[in-house]
Amino acid sequence: MKTSFKILPALALCLLPFSLLAETPEEQGLAIAVEADARDSGYVDYTNDVVMILRNKQGQESTREIRSRTLEVDGDGDKSLTVFDEPRDVKGTALLSFTHKTGTDDQWLYLPALKRVKRIASDNKSGPFMGSEFAYEDITSQEVEKYTYKFLRDDTLDGMDVFVFERYPVDKKSGYTRQIIWMDKDQYKERKIEYYDRKNALLKTLVFKDYQQFLDKFWRAREMYMENHQTGKSTTLKQSNYQFQTGLTDRDFDKNSLKRAR
Amino acid sequence: MQRLFATTLLLLPGLLLADEVYLKDDSKPPEEKVYRGEVRGNVEFEGTYFFENPLFEGQSNSDLSIAAEPEYIYEWNRGDDIFTFKPFYRYDQRDDERSHGDIRELSWIHAADDWELLAGVGKVFWGVTEAVHLVDIINQTDTVENIDGEEKLGQPMLDLSLIRDWGVVDLFVLPYFRERTFPSSDGRPRFAIPILTDDALYESSSEQHHVDLAARWSNSIGEWDIGVSYFYGTTREPTFVILPENIDPATGTVSGANPLYEIISQPSIDVQGIFGSWLWKLEAYHRSGQGDSFAAAAGGFEYTFVGVGESAIDVGVISEYLYDGRDDEVGAAVIRPGVAFSTSPFQNDLVLGTRIAFNDAQSSEILMVAIMDLDGHGQTYSVEASRRFGNDWVFALEGNAFGNVPENTSLASFRKDSNIRLKFTRYF
Repeated sequence: MKTSFKILPALALCLLPFSLLAETPEEQGLAIAVEADARDSGYVDYTNDVVMILRNKQGQESTREIRSRTLEVDGDGDKSLTVFDEPRDVKGTALLSFTHKTGTDDQWLYLPALKRVKRIASDNKSGPFMGSEFAYEDITSQEVEKYTYKFLRDDTLDGMDVFVFERYPVDKKSGYTRQIIWMDKDQYKERKIEYYDRKNALLKTLVFKDYQQFLDKFWRAREMYMENHQTGKSTTLKQSNYQFQTGLTDRDFDKNSLKRAR
Repeated sequence: MQRLFATTLLLLPGLLLADEVYLKDDSKPPEEKVYRGEVRGNVEFEGTYFFENPLFEGQSNSDLSIAAEPEYIYEWNRGDDIFTFKPFYRYDQRDDERSHGDIRELSWIHAADDWELLAGVGKVFWGVTEAVHLVDIINQTDTVENIDGEEKLGQPMLDLSLIRDWGVVDLFVLPYFRERTFPSSDGRPRFAIPILTDDALYESSSEQHHVDLAARWSNSIGEWDIGVSYFYGTTREPTFVILPENIDPATGTVSGANPLYEIISQPSIDVQGIFGSWLWKLEAYHRSGQGDSFAAAAGGFEYTFVGVGESAIDVGVISEYLYDGRDDEVGAAVIRPGVAFSTSPFQNDLVLGTRIAFNDAQSSEILMVAIMDLDGHGQTYSVEASRRFGNDWVFALEGNAFGNVPENTSLASFRKDSNIRLKFTRYF
């Protein structure tokens, strides 16, 4: 994606009027997703800290803390390396993920007590991430090719003009039949997502809060709130300490670097 | 141990020098965190209960123990240099040999663009299978910790990793040998004949100072993770010898067996393939230097049912076949004065197991494994379950059971040692 970064905004501007006038809702939905992806291309790499607050039905809370780094890969998904700091019994556990536009993602988990790198079964995408209400597939990079799309309507959300569209996971192992996205027309950032389970019942709602812009281009939500309507549990995910273009390379995302994670 | 500390002292100037280089480098933005020092670790309280009366004098039906494993980490150069110090100590109520300390890690790691160096005391894991760890040979097993063989002693080493497009090559120099730990005569479980841990015999006249060497190539190619390794040096897995002086001439009673550490040569391979919910695994080695050369292999699969019955629970099914060229019979015919014998139990065995991950906020997990000897030499069963309490405590339950073990096989000494162990661990 890096090479096309200078051309894409121009290209997108040319395409935009046509795409919005495109005949089918499917083409309209896809065009929005492509534009959103183009606007977030070219970040090269970033690091950030994440705190997750898990809440059960009774309101009891537990905390997860992770450090994360992400590398943009030309023509494919992202590479990311995540190190767990809390809870303390999993401190130093690290997860290396290579997401791909098509096909299954690659994941390796490093267990520091055993010094063992374990490959993770790639079908395990619908499972909870660290016991939270976020599934693995919710937090890995959202490549355009991982879904098909359908534009629903123009609307407003909290005073913002938004597109409302549906997307359908291509992978049969996804935990969802569909997701409804509310995306603001100004910045092309997700503001709300509804997740529907395999029985097509409303499962979760994710709300994005407190967007901040970096390098005059890339928007990141500093808070995400996921509520599970079926279990009454919720998770707040707070992201801070963003650093963009820190000079990370492929070497920071190999199995040796996974074993060096502390 | 002296050698171990000497190695560390040699490292210190390197550490200090590297730190100084960092201090002079002011090109980094000031807010960027380029170094990090941290203390972490755990304290573990453990109780074990045995269901049957012991076979051997000195053994008890219960055992209490406490262990601590703190760790100090210092990272600098944005994590390209890491210093780690991880001591360990356990006090055991019954077994003097299980009351023991170790330096699990005391190392400096430096990472460059296409190579990495680990110098000091470290730990390395090789392998893929669940029930046994055949190819994992760099570190000695700390047997008194757990008979499952997953606890290891710190190993002094130089490990140079060369990172290439076609894989990673690791070259190891292992200048000092760590002897395997064995329970004392009060320990449980233990072998019928007490092992004379402090009177080890060596094939090499250099004994513990024999410089062992190892090399490994590993790579991930699509769905496959592959490792090919070669080890030349002191075997981590000793044979045992009964010396005439340890046999009472009047009664014929044997008072102890000496561990014998031969020089071995061992090529090995480990392969894992991932296909959807299937993980296929194979480990194998060929060893020469301990009597007749022989091979051992383990292979099988783990299949995971994700989100069983619309829940968040994952259920994995594990099956492996274990082969070992050595016989598992350790009877009077095998044990003769002055002749080395081995105690390898899994010569023709089938493993069936299940791993249940509840994926809840407490990370509740259960692993159950049964190993069945296909020659009718008994079964071993193990259970491991754990659950977090609050943010800092983990409660774990471990159970081991032995069934139908014939008296002339290597597991015979454990046949009355079915037990349950509770562990409360506080992490900090």
